[in-house]
Amino acid sequence: MEILQLLLDGFVVALQPTNLFLVIVGCAVGLFIGAMPGLGSVNGVAILLPVTFIVPPTSAIIFLAAIYYGAMYGGAISSIMLGIPGASTAVATTFDGRPLAIQGMADKALVAAAVASFAGGTISVILFTGFAPPLAHVALAFGSAEEFALMMLAFGTFIGLGGDDIPKTLISIFIGLILSSVGLDILSGQPRLIFGDIPGFFHGINFLVLAIGIYGIGEILWTIESSRGEVSVSQAVVTVRRILGSLKELLKSAKTILMGSLLGYFVGLLPAAGATPGSIMAYGFAKTMSKNPDSYGKGNIDGVAAPESANNAASTGSMLPMLTLGIPGSPTTAILLGGMVIWGLEPGPRLFVEQTEFVWGLIASLYVANFFSIVLNIAFIPIFIWVLKLSFTILAPIIFVLCVVGGYAPTQDMHDVWLMLLFGVVGYLMRKLDYPMAPMVLAIVLGPLAESSLRQALLQSHGSMLVFFERPISGPIMVFALLLFLMPAIKAGKKMITRRLQKVP
Amino acid sequence: MRRAELLMAIALAIFSVYLMWKSAELPIGWIPDEGPGGGAFPFWLSAAMLVCSVWVIVRWFRQITPQSRSSEPFFDSRAQAMILLVVGALTLMVGSIHFIGVYGAVPLFFVFYMRFLGQHSWAKTLTIAIAAPVVTFFFFEILLHITLPKGYTEPLFYPLYDIFM
Repeated sequence: MEILQLLLDGFVVALQPTNLFLVIVGCAVGLFIGAMPGLGSVNGVAILLPVTFIVPPTSAIIFLAAIYYGAMYGGAISSIMLGIPGASTAVATTFDGRPLAIQGMADKALVAAAVASFAGGTISVILFTGFAPPLAHVALAFGSAEEFALMMLAFGTFIGLGGDDIPKTLISIFIGLILSSVGLDILSGQPRLIFGDIPGFFHGINFLVLAIGIYGIGEILWTIESSRGEVSVSQAVVTVRRILGSLKELLKSAKTILMGSLLGYFVGLLPAAGATPGSIMAYGFAKTMSKNPDSYGKGNIDGVAAPESANNAASTGSMLPMLTLGIPGSPTTAILLGGMVIWGLEPGPRLFVEQTEFVWGLIASLYVANFFSIVLNIAFIPIFIWVLKLSFTILAPIIFVLCVVGGYAPTQDMHDVWLMLLFGVVGYLMRKLDYPMAPMVLAIVLGPLAESSLRQALLQSHGSMLVFFERPISGPIMVFALLLFLMPAIKAGKKMITRRLQKVP
Repeated sequence: MRRAELLMAIALAIFSVYLMWKSAELPIGWIPDEGPGGGAFPFWLSAAMLVCSVWVIVRWFRQITPQSRSSEPFFDSRAQAMILLVVGALTLMVGSIHFIGVYGAVPLFFVFYMRFLGQHSWAKTLTIAIAAPVVTFFFFEILLHITLPKGYTEPLFYPLYDIFM
């Protein structure tokens, strides 16, 4: 019952006029950002984070979380109307959403996407409300050894489960961690890695510089290169009657939506997985479980409902480790976590004790954001279609200017704007060669925490590495993390052995 | 694509050697009873990065990654021209902020991008080129109290400061 009381208090915070207004604006902005091809929740949150310095932290995170949420809804719109995923999280939605739109049933697909997103979001927020406080309670006992072990686990998931090229993933993690160590050494206070004695490096490299560079500048360059072909917007007939009809039909998809939500939520908890693989897995799962899998890909409404419920559930899921453990579950939550540090909050389980208003205001705002996202989504369908017709040569310079101003705002140093431009261009080139970018952003956010927890743990143990394996909680986590790191090697070894065995029959 | 893959890996390897050398300016060894010194964290990470870069190079020679087998060009000529133009324009914009400030550079950038790259009408271009800095001024300078760089145009803003701040 204590949780319900806290949640009620959270609603009091979330429903304050300013916060309510921010939720509504955030959802609308998020929907538009999600709907733009090439821009997703990460891009929106990274580019708009500097804008939130105007309001208190609670309002700021409520606004950004609403953007995160809205973007998950919005991604489906361009998947269905253009056949181009609005964000990587909505890739699976194109499989069946586009055929439906071509058959003249775009409205049906849009309503299904909105309702599935709502259901996925709501189910996962309820799970979140139940899971978060006990997990945070356990995490309160964590010392620096456990913290470090958890971070190893987070990086391990990229190696073991990420599915990208292993050395390239590792390089990405290392670059992020090294960039995070630029500036003054946390323990001794000595200047470190001051490239070319440029004074701008003394205050370190703000994670936002990297995040805006990669997800703002780099992403737009990527979109400029990849979206040169003509895009055609499908027609959608939207009337109240047709919407009600689609809603009635959706009852049949209830099971798919429930399955997608649960799957998405648990996949979302993992740092390397998140909403994109979650939605693709949900699609695959729904197809295998279906009575006629052949109808998938040709315009099955379940094929829209499954990934859309999963990507919203995953976005909530990724907030659980961010709030309770201080380990982000996705690149977007990594940026939110970095934001918390800027706002002067210390991420981790102590938030639940010291910042109850912040935590529960955020959780309650997720319920509110869900409600407004579905309302705005269905009400604004015609406006979204108009925006999708907006030329990219208008959108791109607006985003570039936002990046430049947003990169300047946190530190008010032109040095950071140059750095951001450099990261954007280099990041774009690396991405073309399949270097994954998410681990780098996660690493630059976690870097300072990882280094300080490592060194503090070693200080306490008088320099003995065994401390990470001896303690009851950090030991198993560490072993599990090492297993994840070794997973590709184990897989390769297994393959070699089976090949040898086949050769010697 | 094949050449780009190798060049990137070599560049990363050189960068990691530079990082190792740079972090070695601080103690990188094990200080008894204290653990690693201040430079150890970046030093060993850079060392690991060097290993991984070499690993990528080895995989390139053995042609394991799809990029190392690809004979496609890294950029086709049209994309290359477009990207170079955009990156060039961005660099020029950021560079000119030092001299003519955000409020000089941003409208010029819009005019270049919308009019010359996008071929939009002058009316549309100018509307956005003028609206964007006005919105930026009110949002950042007035609401957030973040002073954006103005270069030599600073004196032009004194009357505005007097009115709004």
